[in-house]
Amino acid sequence: MSEPIKAEETKDSKKQRIVGIISSVIEKVGKNEQVSMTAILTELRDLLIVIEETRAEIGQARPSDIKGKHIPGATDELDAIVEATSEATGTIMDACDVIMEKANEVGGENGDVIVAEVMKIFEACSFQDITGQRVSKVIKTFHDIEGKIDKLVSVLGIKITGVGEEEDERSEDEKLLNGPQLTGQGVSQEDIDKLLAEFDD
Amino acid sequence: MAVDMNMNVLIVDDYTTMLRIIKNLLKQLGFNNIDEATDGTMALEKVKAKRYGLIISDWNMEPMSGYEFLKQIRASDEAFKTTPFIMVTAESKTENVIAAKQAGVNNYIVKPFNAETLKTKITAVLGEF
Repeated sequence: MSEPIKAEETKDSKKQRIVGIISSVIEKVGKNEQVSMTAILTELRDLLIVIEETRAEIGQARPSDIKGKHIPGATDELDAIVEATSEATGTIMDACDVIMEKANEVGGENGDVIVAEVMKIFEACSFQDITGQRVSKVIKTFHDIEGKIDKLVSVLGIKITGVGEEEDERSEDEKLLNGPQLTGQGVSQEDIDKLLAEFDD
Repeated sequence: MAVDMNMNVLIVDDYTTMLRIIKNLLKQLGFNNIDEATDGTMALEKVKAKRYGLIISDWNMEPMSGYEFLKQIRASDEAFKTTPFIMVTAESKTENVIAAKQAGVNNYIVKPFNAETLKTKITAVLGEF
């Protein structure tokens, strides 16, 4: 008869345990001599326990958080990067347009030098397009991971628990480190000034 | 034969930043009539409505990519079969370049690029200007 399964078994030993049980069952069934049904049932019951423990452990790891919280949070941050770099690039190019106009008014050799240098700034601004494309690829990868975890959860029949039930184990300092905030999530400088002024009253 | 700097040029890119960069570079090179489109579908409509002497297009766009746009114009009216087409893209794999060439692209620029590269490639397609 197999030894009872210990809850604190490591992943490797659990894997070895499953392989051991299955090998034992195969060996017993494969022998010509009469097989004890009780022995087989005991082996299979042990196997069931290991599978249930594994399912429970995966469930405790809260895979639903990946879909409900971690991936949306990460993709929102990445979208914000693209938006911020796009805005900054637009501002740089607006300024370049003004400088170009003035350079044309200046004319001559100095005007040409200014135009040439401004064109280099324009060229450099193409980083925004490249970073945007790279970020899009990362977002797509996140969604692929999300899909695979969904499938895994579905195959293992793990109960999907709600988002936000996990206890926040971060320190007080860590809990305050959530910036930079996405648009609409933080408060404006004006609001901060007002808040600080209230302390002075 | 001298390049007509008043020819219509169509630039296609889904990033307004890139449209602006390419437009500025083309203006610096002396091109005066520049139209913009943000994907292959819009570009296709523009090509059907106006004759262009040069098309500069990105590859990775939604809903219609630059590659699909290229294939469609090469497969359509006879007039579009020879319109000079330069692909400007971050797709730098050999298979992309080969596929674009087989689809009828005239030249291929990998992002990021500079004014000198753009001028060299346009010259290779249109001739000295």
